[in-house]
Amino acid sequence: MAHDISKLQNIASQVRRDIVRMVHACQSGHPGGSLGCTDFLVALYFDVMKRKEGFDMKAKGEDAFYLSNGHISPVFYSILAHAGYFDKSELLTFRKLNSRLQGHPTTHEGLPGIRIASGSLGQGLSVAIGHAVGKKLDKDENLIFSLHGDGELQEGQNWEAIMYASHNKVDNLIATIDYNGQQIDGPTSKVLSLGSLKTKFEAFDWKVLEVENGNDLEEILNVLDQAKSLTGKGQPICILLKTGMGHGVDYMMGTHAWHGKAPNDEQLAKALDQLEETLGDY
Amino acid sequence: MKKYTYTESKDTRSGFGAGLAELADKNPDVVALCADLIGSLKMEKFIEKAPERFFQIGIAEANMIGIAAGLAIEGKIPFTGTFANFSTGRVYDQIRQSVAYSDKNVKICASHAGLTLGEDGATHQILEDIGLMKMLPGMTVINTCDYNQTKAATIAIADYEGPVYLRFGRPVIPVFTDENQTFEIGKAWMVNEGKDVTIVATGHLVWEAIKAGEILEAEGIDAEIINIHTIKPLDSEAILKSIKKTGCIVTAEEHNKLGGLGDSVAQLLITEYLAPQEYVAVNDSFGESGTPAELMEKYGLNAESIVEAVKKVMKRK
Repeated sequence: MAHDISKLQNIASQVRRDIVRMVHACQSGHPGGSLGCTDFLVALYFDVMKRKEGFDMKAKGEDAFYLSNGHISPVFYSILAHAGYFDKSELLTFRKLNSRLQGHPTTHEGLPGIRIASGSLGQGLSVAIGHAVGKKLDKDENLIFSLHGDGELQEGQNWEAIMYASHNKVDNLIATIDYNGQQIDGPTSKVLSLGSLKTKFEAFDWKVLEVENGNDLEEILNVLDQAKSLTGKGQPICILLKTGMGHGVDYMMGTHAWHGKAPNDEQLAKALDQLEETLGDY
Repeated sequence: MKKYTYTESKDTRSGFGAGLAELADKNPDVVALCADLIGSLKMEKFIEKAPERFFQIGIAEANMIGIAAGLAIEGKIPFTGTFANFSTGRVYDQIRQSVAYSDKNVKICASHAGLTLGEDGATHQILEDIGLMKMLPGMTVINTCDYNQTKAATIAIADYEGPVYLRFGRPVIPVFTDENQTFEIGKAWMVNEGKDVTIVATGHLVWEAIKAGEILEAEGIDAEIINIHTIKPLDSEAILKSIKKTGCIVTAEEHNKLGGLGDSVAQLLITEYLAPQEYVAVNDSFGESGTPAELMEKYGLNAESIVEAVKKVMKRK
């Protein structure tokens, strides 16, 4: 399959501009993980996923995506706006009173593109599995994608879900782990080691794929193509996506310091200098 | 005092099982999930009729709630089944975020609620679940009183769009409501009209209230007995109408007195119509092992306790 990398790069650059501007405007939110997952979500929404026009909660006849690590809502909202689920100008309202763009994603305010609330960590994989088994029941052959933080795997519910998915051969699900090794209090290796995620998922009988540079669109697209080709073979699929937290903004990279911190005016200007405006700011 | 007779006794959980089995035929969107308690929840018949629509989750209640939410997104009507404790306290945040806040059409069906679970003791006897569930915005809370009502409620909630907590139990008790009743969510059932005192009861305490009414009648007290099967939304109109007539009220439930039906009624009275109220409920404690009857007596949840509460409240008129 031919991929239009330059188109995706343009979107990614603009999404990164949106992210830093959004968290700057409300002086809160989570830029680090948002920037780190930008390339993956751009590839997913603008190349890989089968999507219909408009928003259908049930996602009949199309793929569906679940964001379990809801705190990276800035990237999710920007992606959804660029994908046409709502107007880009609404990004201005992020985290402000009466907004549909709550601090963490919710269906409760009726924002198109969102199927479940997330923020309290560790719940998204179960929901994604529920939708995946529902699709099987309805003989809908489209796929369910999900994204999870690596630190989020410290929540026990994930392991209930991981065990369930392999036992029940939920093979229409591609769950990606944002493997950036960082969480609020520091590196995951210091807070609570994850050990070898590959070995753990394999021990639970999942098919595991790895991406060494989770901010390289070509690598991401290759692994997603491979993952799709492995669906329907009796195993759930996990992608371990090694991303750099804060990727794209030099002073935010390689540290957990920008997990949940907003840039000031000067820092915003510095960030925007590094990110080309490609599709127009909101 | 209206007479309620019965020819058989059954557990309310079997009413749930029968209702669910009927839904297997009636509604192709209904799916059922269970966390390793098929027999306890009486889900065998559903599984027999619609094996492809049943999901054995294993001992993993948090995952069960999440999977139910995902199935609801696909358009299914998921009924989850486990004990009341594991249906609520254990998974409060999963219900809060993935079901209630996410507006998912999930039916959380909880057996073995309250003290009457019996010998297993306090680890399994939740007395806080009504409170937990009624505090969630958008959650409907139902606690049925016998086999027939539980069956009718199970069938009715499938036609209602929105999250529901359906609470029932283990003990075998008289079947005294109409076999062919229509269950109306949020609509109180007038068990007996009376003029001296209002008794509102839910769940297993409804039969106890009927027995209490008979004892009171023999003593010349004419009790109005109302079954509140739906604690949220509460049928305020029915309660206010009754209390304006009788002037005092006793609430009876197999739940902690904090946060249950009694508190819902008290809130209504304090904002709408002041009148004395007495609680028949567990006095802010955990349960313990014992037979259901022993526990109901020790914790003051039987007909005698209701009679005592009626006499006390009538003096406060």
